[in-house]
Amino acid sequence: MLDFIPKIPLADWVNTAVERIQDTFEFIFDPIKEDFGGFVESTAEWLSQIPPILVIIIVALMTFFVSGKKFGLSIFAIVGLWFVYNQELWEQLMYTFTLVVFASLISIIIGIPAGIWMSKSKWAQAIITPILDFMQTMPAFVYLIPAVVFFGIGMVPGIFASVVFATPPVVRFTNLGIRQVSAELVEAADAFGTTGSQKLFKVELPMARKTIMAGVNQTVMLALSMVVIASMIGSPGLGDEVLTALQRSQEGPGFVAGLGIVILAIIIDRVSQNLNKG
Amino acid sequence: MSVIKVNNLSKVFGKKTKEALSLLDEGYKKEEILKKTGCTVGVNRASFEVEEGEVFVIMGLSGSGKSTLVRLLNRLIDPTEGDVEVGGENLAKVGKERLRKVRREKMSMVFQKFGLFPFRTVLENTEFGLEIQGINKEERANKAKEALELVGLGSFIHQYPDQLSGGMQQRVGLARALANDPEVLLMDEAFSALDPLIRKDMQDELLDLQEKMQKTIIFITHDLDEALRIGDRIALMKDGSIVQIGTPEEILVNPANDYVERFVEDVDRSKVLTASHIMKRPETVDIEKHGPRVALERIREQGLSSIYVVDRSKQLKGYVIAEDVKAAREKEEKDLHTILRTDMPTVGLEAPIHEIFEIIHDAPVPVAVVEEGKLKGIIVRGAVIAALANGSGVTEDA
Repeated sequence: MLDFIPKIPLADWVNTAVERIQDTFEFIFDPIKEDFGGFVESTAEWLSQIPPILVIIIVALMTFFVSGKKFGLSIFAIVGLWFVYNQELWEQLMYTFTLVVFASLISIIIGIPAGIWMSKSKWAQAIITPILDFMQTMPAFVYLIPAVVFFGIGMVPGIFASVVFATPPVVRFTNLGIRQVSAELVEAADAFGTTGSQKLFKVELPMARKTIMAGVNQTVMLALSMVVIASMIGSPGLGDEVLTALQRSQEGPGFVAGLGIVILAIIIDRVSQNLNKG
Repeated sequence: MSVIKVNNLSKVFGKKTKEALSLLDEGYKKEEILKKTGCTVGVNRASFEVEEGEVFVIMGLSGSGKSTLVRLLNRLIDPTEGDVEVGGENLAKVGKERLRKVRREKMSMVFQKFGLFPFRTVLENTEFGLEIQGINKEERANKAKEALELVGLGSFIHQYPDQLSGGMQQRVGLARALANDPEVLLMDEAFSALDPLIRKDMQDELLDLQEKMQKTIIFITHDLDEALRIGDRIALMKDGSIVQIGTPEEILVNPANDYVERFVEDVDRSKVLTASHIMKRPETVDIEKHGPRVALERIREQGLSSIYVVDRSKQLKGYVIAEDVKAAREKEEKDLHTILRTDMPTVGLEAPIHEIFEIIHDAPVPVAVVEEGKLKGIIVRGAVIAALANGSGVTEDA
């Protein structure tokens, strides 16, 4: 009964589509792979050449000020970063940090405008929502494959995969934040004769700031959670250490590298949350 | 000169607006139209004019369409049909760019829940309208400060809205609207969120400000007391239609229909009824013509204990009481000069009832209502009480 239609060759279609995209947009992908990839690599290298003690001091000072001149977070940062250094994972930490920063920045640069657009247009909302669902629920490994096809092996496909996975929250939260601005404030803005962009920048975005920042925080955390998966396509860093440990069944080094990711996650999370409060 | 001229203004919410409008023409009611078309009639064929410097109150219960109507005036809601002329220009038809300019320069709005931006200071909130117009920082700060001084918030400019009380927040709302120096001020239930005492203060203050500024104000409220207090004219709304437009007095004394009448029944009449409404035609004697004999006769005829004395041109001279008149009659005196008393209570035509109520309590004789020295009427205790009790005879006695 169910066999009256032969197997739909969806997989083949996707293969063809990916090949087509690769052929058509090679002129974009190649420079991204070469130039952007080179830029990311050299940033990571540059970061790992800064004396660790200097980085630790800077991070400690920064956490001290963003947390409202409290010592807790700074002490954690000093101890945590020293521990990573002590475990000889410093360079890996810098690579992971670079990956997360680039992935997050790109996610935010794409995500906030997309969220704004979504909040302004029913159509945009209807189209973007299922795409976001797709991005978040499709297993991350699946888009590692086209990432490699488009960008080869290295940090760039890792960033690409992270961006796909990490963008949805900032889009959703931006949309939500703007839609939640009270009708009376929107009316007030209109009644004083604001243009669309005046209303957006002077009323809606400031009102939605906290919600958007919560989305940014989520995005950064998701980007961080991708580092192990990104290492499967050759992104260096702490994720790579975890992956190696997994493949060799070495509990100890796996745990240590994993702990390094946790330390980085906590510092980034607390800093971005505190920025939101200010 | 009328600043705002609203003609046949309608708003129908829903999809089949044309159908709903034609049903309205055929005289269908709001509920029937909702059933037939699924459309809600917000405002139904409203027409009125607002004069320059007038406080025009639009009042009605919730759901009567008053908030929709005020939003049609500055097109926060687009009208389905009809015209809104502001300064001779039909806002219902102008383009977006022009509408924005009108909103920036001619009309400002004050909101029920204040509509202040919580991330801006009082000064920055007040500057908002000027900032939108692209006025430079120094000038807008000066204008905003002026407006804040006007509402008595000159020393709070660096506070944030949530640091202020409700009354003060609404002053900021008012200052923000005034900073633009608009011709028309739209106030949507501006004082409804405030508690009663503060509300009263704000009403007084608005009236004071209005005396200085002479803006054209359109004020929305669901509170008839408030409407009567501040309105030069009042438009009463029900189910999207304007039921009656008139001065507070006209509405109270001549309610257009049962709906208005029922509304008015709840009002504290003492606030709006004045001496002229409850006074009676006085019995008098003419001091130049009449002596004790005529006076006594009239007193007996009417069953009074005293009678007012006037001269030929109705100038109030005083009063005489029955006992004195009787004594004078026995002494065969010719005129009333010797027994004339002048300690009578007097009020003007415009004196509100509650004032009369206080005076009449201790008065030995009915209160005399005078205008330029002439006796216009008298008020007896019963009439005041009847009016306060919303008795039936009030208007007949006027």
